[in-house]
Amino acid sequence: MEFSRRDTLALGLGAAVLTVLPLRVNAAAEDAIAAFTGGADVAEGGVNLTAPEIAENGNTVPVSVEAAGASAILLLATGNPTPGVATFNFGELAGSQAASTRIRLAGTQDVVAIAKLADGSFAKAAQTVKVTIGGCGG
Amino acid sequence: MASGVKPRVKAPKKAAAGETVTLKTLISHKMESGQRKNKDGSIIPRSIINRFTCEFNGKSVIDVTMEPAISTNPYFEFEAVVPEAGEFKFTWYDDDGSVYEESKKVEVA
Amino acid sequence: MKFKPMSAIAALALSVPTLGMADADDDTLVINGEIEIVTKTAAPAHLEDALDEVISGWHFRDDATQAMEMDDFDNPGMLYVEAATEVWNTVEGSEGKSCASCHGDVEESMKGVKAVYPKWNEAAGEVRNLQMQFNDCRTNRMGAEAWKYDAGPAKNMEALITSVSRGMPVNVAIDGPAKAMWEKGKEMYYTRTGQLDLSCASCHEENYGNMIRADHLSQGQTNGFPVYRLKNAKLTTPQGRFKGCVRDTRAETYKPGSEDFLALELYVASRGNGLSVEGPSVRN
Repeated sequence: MEFSRRDTLALGLGAAVLTVLPLRVNAAAEDAIAAFTGGADVAEGGVNLTAPEIAENGNTVPVSVEAAGASAILLLATGNPTPGVATFNFGELAGSQAASTRIRLAGTQDVVAIAKLADGSFAKAAQTVKVTIGGCGG
Repeated sequence: MASGVKPRVKAPKKAAAGETVTLKTLISHKMESGQRKNKDGSIIPRSIINRFTCEFNGKSVIDVTMEPAISTNPYFEFEAVVPEAGEFKFTWYDDDGSVYEESKKVEVA
Repeated sequence: MKFKPMSAIAALALSVPTLGMADADDDTLVINGEIEIVTKTAAPAHLEDALDEVISGWHFRDDATQAMEMDDFDNPGMLYVEAATEVWNTVEGSEGKSCASCHGDVEESMKGVKAVYPKWNEAAGEVRNLQMQFNDCRTNRMGAEAWKYDAGPAKNMEALITSVSRGMPVNVAIDGPAKAMWEKGKEMYYTRTGQLDLSCASCHEENYGNMIRADHLSQGQTNGFPVYRLKNAKLTTPQGRFKGCVRDTRAETYKPGSEDFLALELYVASRGNGLSVEGPSVRN
């Protein structure tokens, strides 16, 4: 990728706007969450999301999710062109309701995990991951 | 079948009955997102693995629905309970209809 | 993996770009729990006026990227090594031979080879890197077509041959018949080029450990090459990386596979004499 001075300024401005406005999950992500939860309430907590605060490269970002007793965990990248990342469905021989993978993030954004817990309720965790622009892009 | 796709699995060969073991999987696949453009400006069509499953003796361990945001050469790490001796079966489903399979036998000591 | 403390340090380095904030860390690299990698060592004698210590690029990456290289299963670069292992055993060309027909087990026969490349080839009367050497095998011994420089199969084979020397010290000869080319590479290393008027040394000798925008500048060592870059999820060879660097100085670049880049590859490799062969490594 080659960034012009103008691109870089625009990105900086975008980042500034992001830090001023409260981060809002975008409409497509809201739709994905509604499809997963059937519109049920989503509580905070009860699911762990591990992601770097700063990713060295947005193309390969290590992410882990975990929610004890969950039957499924939905992982979303709310700032991607399409927010879906993966849905982990845990079977009867799952050793834990946890999984790790590597994901693509188009830029600095919130990564969101929503778990369907054993009692049928839903829980959520979110983390902002800053995606840096490399030194040279070479 | 997309060319050069090869699954790899890291699993223990032995376990105690009822033990929880860690599994790692990696498959070579470009995971073309459908968001990129060719030099001529046309969209490169999406071509990804869209589902990954792991079973042990026919019972589900994990079933993952995958989107284009999963990185090139998809990698998963997760845990499974080994109730008895048997075989893990891993399956990846490609957008183009291809299915890639790998299996690993586990002895119970 | 301790994401949080490391990320906090990185965040601090980003917000306060003070000199020294992006210095190499003190972690140690052991691959698969058995291959010990020398990632910091005293600089070779020819660098005594320039550097005290030579440092692998591994130290300039964050914990998550570092961890990907500590187990072959987690290192996507090893996928290409596997692909090349199949090619190693596959008969190709008019002579009905594979690499294995002459060289047997790659782990035995190629161990230590990468550590001394690029090197002078007496019969050919030229300095050769790995790609030149195995292409010579392909055309002259196998009757197969040469791979295009840095084409997929060539990069994969370079990764395979490199991987079996991991842990051995880089020991590239800089005297004797290779000296002329080494001198040429050295001159290129210190010559400023492009609209930005930068030499290799401007970044990788005078400013390693500092930030360049949001990234850490390394010493630009090649002991970890070929590298699997997270950026494009592909293998990159030293000459492929040089092209990116030269382009980023806004200069017309030399071509990978050219004699100019071969001279630079030899010289830069010699700056890592004493570090362990580490490729295929994982970088951002």
